[in-house]
Amino acid sequence: MTMALFDACLALCLPLLAWMVLRTESLSQAVVLFVALGLLAALGWARLDAPDISLVEAAVGTGLTGALLMHTLSWTDERPPDIVARARRRPGSLLALAALTGVLGWAVLALPPDDPGLTREVDARLARSGVEHPVTAVLLNFRGYDTLLEIAVLLVAALGARAVNPRTERPSPEPARDPLTGELFRMMVPALLLVAGYLVWVGEHGPGGAFQAGAILAGGGVVALLTLQMGAPRLSSWRVRVVLLTGPLLFIAVAVAPLFSGRDLLEYRRDLAGTLIFVVELALTATIALVLLMFFPGVRPARVSGGKAP
Amino acid sequence: MSALLDGVCAALMLAGAFFTLAGTVGVLRFPDVYCRLHALTKVDNLGLGLVVLGLALQSGSWATALELLLVWFFVLISSAFTCQLVARAALRRGAAPWTGRRPP
Repeated sequence: MTMALFDACLALCLPLLAWMVLRTESLSQAVVLFVALGLLAALGWARLDAPDISLVEAAVGTGLTGALLMHTLSWTDERPPDIVARARRRPGSLLALAALTGVLGWAVLALPPDDPGLTREVDARLARSGVEHPVTAVLLNFRGYDTLLEIAVLLVAALGARAVNPRTERPSPEPARDPLTGELFRMMVPALLLVAGYLVWVGEHGPGGAFQAGAILAGGGVVALLTLQMGAPRLSSWRVRVVLLTGPLLFIAVAVAPLFSGRDLLEYRRDLAGTLIFVVELALTATIALVLLMFFPGVRPARVSGGKAP
Repeated sequence: MSALLDGVCAALMLAGAFFTLAGTVGVLRFPDVYCRLHALTKVDNLGLGLVVLGLALQSGSWATALELLLVWFFVLISSAFTCQLVARAALRRGAAPWTGRRPP
């Protein structure tokens, strides 16, 4: 009964918050509301028994994205956008939105009820995967190919982010304004490292893994960028390149190795599978953390006025 | 004994809920950003602490109780720091503290 009430509250609050994010007058309010929406969405995933998705939503979708939005906000002039102009009835977009909602609703309703999907197949072969958590087994063993390609996509995304962000390694010479943030960072570093390491380790038999751990490390990196006057990672430095390539190259090596002994791609030996997956996850954690950190520009770009750089 | 423990837990959690509610009311009703921060950080930390204490007594295992206390500890640290940071940012942007003369 209590849980039903809680779920009803969540189901009511999520669309309400989404609507408020779109309709607020001020940008900073919209960002704060967006973060609140992300936290509620994470709660919703947790209630739907999807702890992995919930963790990613909280770490990436809310934490890092919220920090990025806040950072962007500090560069923009807080001029309230013209809500009235935005809210003008646009029949085309309304129609498209209604059509999309209809299609999504139809797709959800067309699903067979209580369909276990591939859960049974995964559970039946879980013992052969080398790990005890079905999500990790699917991500790094049964469908390891997808994860491998995802990492490649992440690398491309990092390249794109670097192309857009200003290229500076040296931080701005202005002294750190607040001793407080540096102090907070120093207190939080051990906890951050501990939590990230724990998440990688626990991925073997519970919700967790490289993506969540990488996101937490990247969050720590963002705080470091903002407080310790650390320069943003640059693609031209060989250290950054090594870390960026460690995960993908190790993963590719582990994936290709079985080919030499006459097995298929990514077909690990059963007695080594657990160890291999753990090593790959550790390397991927470092790569993912750095990729996510590279989205975060270290300095303010020069203000562009009237379309021309000053 | 367990009935007494349940009663103590319920009292603690209800007190925690009351303080949290009071903090929220303070955020909504207080006149300026500094008073609001004051209400939010202090009162909410106390409320969360009471709830955590009640849950820890109810959990019945040392490990869970320790985890709950750790959660409270981290919230204490982060809220103390963010309170200071938000207040400084507000002061830098020139948010005048409420002196009691203006209507809130």
